[in-house]
Amino acid sequence: MELINQHTKKIMEGCKERAKDQGLSFNEETLEYIVTNRDLIELSPKVMIPTLYDYWVHDVEVLKEKGKYELYPGNPYETVINTQPAISFYNDNNPDWLNVMIFYHVIGHIDFFQNNIFFKHTWDYDFTARALSDKRLIARLRSEKGRFLDYVIEFARSIDNIVGYHNELSLLNTPHKTRKEKRTDYYFDVFLQSEKKVSISQYIKEIEKYNDLKSRFRDAAEESFFAEIEKKHPEFEPLFNKYLDKKTDRKSDLLQYLSDHSPFINKEENSWIKPVLEVVRTTSIFFQPQIRTKIMNEGWASYWHEALFLADDRIKGHEVDYSRINAGVTAMPRVGLNPYALGMRMFHYLEEIGNKGKYTYDFQKIKDANERKTYDAKQGQGREFIFNIRENYCDFTFINTFLDQDFMTKNDLFVVGKRLNNERMVYEYYIKSKKAEDYRQMLIDLLYHPPFIEIDEAQSKNGALYLNHRFEGKPLVTEYIANTMMGIEYLLGAPVQLETSEVTMTQAGQTAPFLLPGVPVPPPPQPDEAQARTISWQRVLYTMDKKKLTKKKL
Amino acid sequence: MNQKLKALYDDLKARGLSPEQEKRILAELNDESTHELPLFSERSGDPRKPSDEIYQANDLAMLQNMTLDRFPYTTCLQSLDELLERDLLREKDGFPRKIRVGRLVKPVKGGKGKVVVVPTTVEEKFIHDNSFNPQDEEESSGGSGEGEEGEIIGEQPVRPEGGEGAGPGQGEGGPHEMESSAYDLGKILTEKFELPHLKDKGKKRSLTRYTYDMTDKNRGFGQVLDKKATLRQIVETNIALGNIPDVYDIDPMKFVISPRDKIYRILSREKDYESQAIVFFLRDYSGSMIGKPTELIVSQHVLVYSWLLYQYDKQVETRFILHDTEAKEVPDFYTYYNSKVAGGTKVSSAFKLVNEIVEKENLVTDYNIYVFHGTDGDDWDTDGKESIPEIKKMLLYANRIGITIAEHGMGRSGNTEVERYMVKSNLLKERPEQIRLDTLPKDADEPRLIEGIKKLISFERARAPLS
Repeated sequence: MELINQHTKKIMEGCKERAKDQGLSFNEETLEYIVTNRDLIELSPKVMIPTLYDYWVHDVEVLKEKGKYELYPGNPYETVINTQPAISFYNDNNPDWLNVMIFYHVIGHIDFFQNNIFFKHTWDYDFTARALSDKRLIARLRSEKGRFLDYVIEFARSIDNIVGYHNELSLLNTPHKTRKEKRTDYYFDVFLQSEKKVSISQYIKEIEKYNDLKSRFRDAAEESFFAEIEKKHPEFEPLFNKYLDKKTDRKSDLLQYLSDHSPFINKEENSWIKPVLEVVRTTSIFFQPQIRTKIMNEGWASYWHEALFLADDRIKGHEVDYSRINAGVTAMPRVGLNPYALGMRMFHYLEEIGNKGKYTYDFQKIKDANERKTYDAKQGQGREFIFNIRENYCDFTFINTFLDQDFMTKNDLFVVGKRLNNERMVYEYYIKSKKAEDYRQMLIDLLYHPPFIEIDEAQSKNGALYLNHRFEGKPLVTEYIANTMMGIEYLLGAPVQLETSEVTMTQAGQTAPFLLPGVPVPPPPQPDEAQARTISWQRVLYTMDKKKLTKKKL
Repeated sequence: MNQKLKALYDDLKARGLSPEQEKRILAELNDESTHELPLFSERSGDPRKPSDEIYQANDLAMLQNMTLDRFPYTTCLQSLDELLERDLLREKDGFPRKIRVGRLVKPVKGGKGKVVVVPTTVEEKFIHDNSFNPQDEEESSGGSGEGEEGEIIGEQPVRPEGGEGAGPGQGEGGPHEMESSAYDLGKILTEKFELPHLKDKGKKRSLTRYTYDMTDKNRGFGQVLDKKATLRQIVETNIALGNIPDVYDIDPMKFVISPRDKIYRILSREKDYESQAIVFFLRDYSGSMIGKPTELIVSQHVLVYSWLLYQYDKQVETRFILHDTEAKEVPDFYTYYNSKVAGGTKVSSAFKLVNEIVEKENLVTDYNIYVFHGTDGDDWDTDGKESIPEIKKMLLYANRIGITIAEHGMGRSGNTEVERYMVKSNLLKERPEQIRLDTLPKDADEPRLIEGIKKLISFERARAPLS
């Protein structure tokens, strides 16, 4: 891996200037490297982070079984990585005009990384540097602990997709509370409700009293309010202090919980496990926003490489070359999905909406199709509008909020269905729906979404850990449950339980008839027969105790 | 329609056929395809799911056209042996093994076939199962362009046209592959999947093969000084010289040592004795074998071949026989592996050819003989009237006959013609140490194939026919 040459670097700097003029904002410093195929082979298992820790699974092909992308939040082949400074990778022999296009694309990504709030936790440090120190730590521990280090990594990684990414983000976005504010919160949220167990009417009276004081005396209100409480409930202050001592704001995920509470890890001789769990956890959390903003991020980068390339005076004469590459990247496939094309069209569409003022309530009220089409309030705020969106949305909210019928119609989008035609022995692709809600649902179903599994401390008895999988219409992959739970049991040193939902089929699936060319086909099953089969759900409890998995119905 | 086949069909019809059999026979009869080798290997349709389309698209491929095709063996940090050793340790530490042998890639023209071992693993996590509802098999994806709701915008054949793709492995080979020889694979199969070692290696026969060992002694010079022999020689010399008056009180300081007393060991050629094997691979390449059955059979045969190669320490000869209604021997694994399916089915033809070859070349005296046959279980010779006598003849000399039936899912499982007449003949019960039958379901995967091999080659007395 070597840096790009001065000539190419100069082109990059020119691109940055032009991008800044258009309102993109990003850190001036970037690093660009030339990579060979050989470099890629080494980089791709490490999610393009050259300094990521070593782990044997990186040397083995990972089975491309179902839900591969569900297992890994990072994309193995990214051109640009979210580090400080941002690092991007280039082919050796790209012509200048192509580099200009790629540079703009890369700058689009960097701008996205450094402004989208879902990346906020990655802004304050350089991941490659941290990864390097983690790598050294892992290497040292491996020399001391041998293969047990790898077991710990393996088991930690088996739960690294259910890390508290959103907890982490919300910590960053929660304003710091003063002692006074905490006291008020404690009084109303805990003291009155849990300690005194007051009736609703009394509770409301208290709130009214507080609000009344607040409106009359403003800042002084708190003091007089709590002075009175001191008199009425002398136990309040000590209880509050005790509460402050005990309560940490941290809402821990499974890895943190294990690190804090596992009797196994908290043994003196096993304390080395803690930093390993933390390495796995921070690595996973670092990558989490990447996969949750794939469509937006690629759309944003494609929007900008197009806008900036076409305006660039340095590459005159290469418009046709550019168009050929660009079409390959951003064409909407007849059947299939392309995150680049979809995201870019969304941003174009949203820019238009912003320019015409279509995001206003006035417009929303219009029902007439023609009027909707021709509406133009000449607001001219398109750019501002999309900059705002790139800052505050992720794929789910982006699609759920903005992918509407107008967008569908404008881009001739539809949901494609695939069905078997028995008579002709072909799969038919047909237009299943042109409704925005169906398209939205189809996309949302495909988005990365790890299961939500929380620790239920109330149900954790006798040292065992009780995990509760919140049901969201899908079961867990059954084959993976045993080994994942075995890993948790190892890290915990105690039995683990998992409550989840499973499908109980009401009727056995019918085997598809085997068909030979030229042989008449049996008639397809009657439609009502097919409909008669329904799915019902059953809550089950898995228990992993001494590496033995048992299951019972709840 | 082929006249010879037509005649055969008429003959069969005259003897009486059930409508179902007739239908199947006609299907194969009317199939116009031929057995030629594919002209070039093409990438089979990528059955990628739309979800992958979103997340697999990446800048390097889309913008810079940089893709990773292969994971060369040499760049791997760890060798296969190391990985497997690690896997073995897992078991010792009380954790389940994690490494599996993955895909096998097609052989290359000319050579006996290149087997590629891909160690694979999966990192298990709690993830959602998106394919939990078998009724909801209709996939949906995005699309764009003109058309009304309900309109059909494209078609894709369920099975590739005209037998294309019947040669398995065509264009296979995703990223990250690690090459290894078939010998390695055999080793893995033996060690890792606990395929049995051959207990009976048959009669030892001398081969024209030598090993070199430090067995010969030489006076005066050589590679390694044989101290004991040298000392003895010195003592002998000194006794002859009268240098040792009292054997109970020897003073070595007074020894006279001649250079010729020094005895060395030198490298020498030793004849090696080993048993050897010949394996016949028989494959049904009739029209009904299209698709999955062929793929399963050849994959399994690659594995069996590798295992034997290891067991007999490379002293394995292989013969490949393809059959539809007629059998022919093909020269190499490539042809065996890649020939397209077509035509009708007569299992007996292949067995007959094996018997002929064994007899003509007098293989019985020199070899352990293994016969592995793969079929989908269809046979125009419905009752095995011709097959059973050939099999009985084969049992006179074969160490093991392994028949694999890869069902294509038509009709009830375990009800194919071959399986029926095999069971009826009682051979499986009478001679379990010599003949085995395994029925693979249509959706068999790699571990199931290996399980199947165990059944075919294990030495325990098999329970009733395996299904």
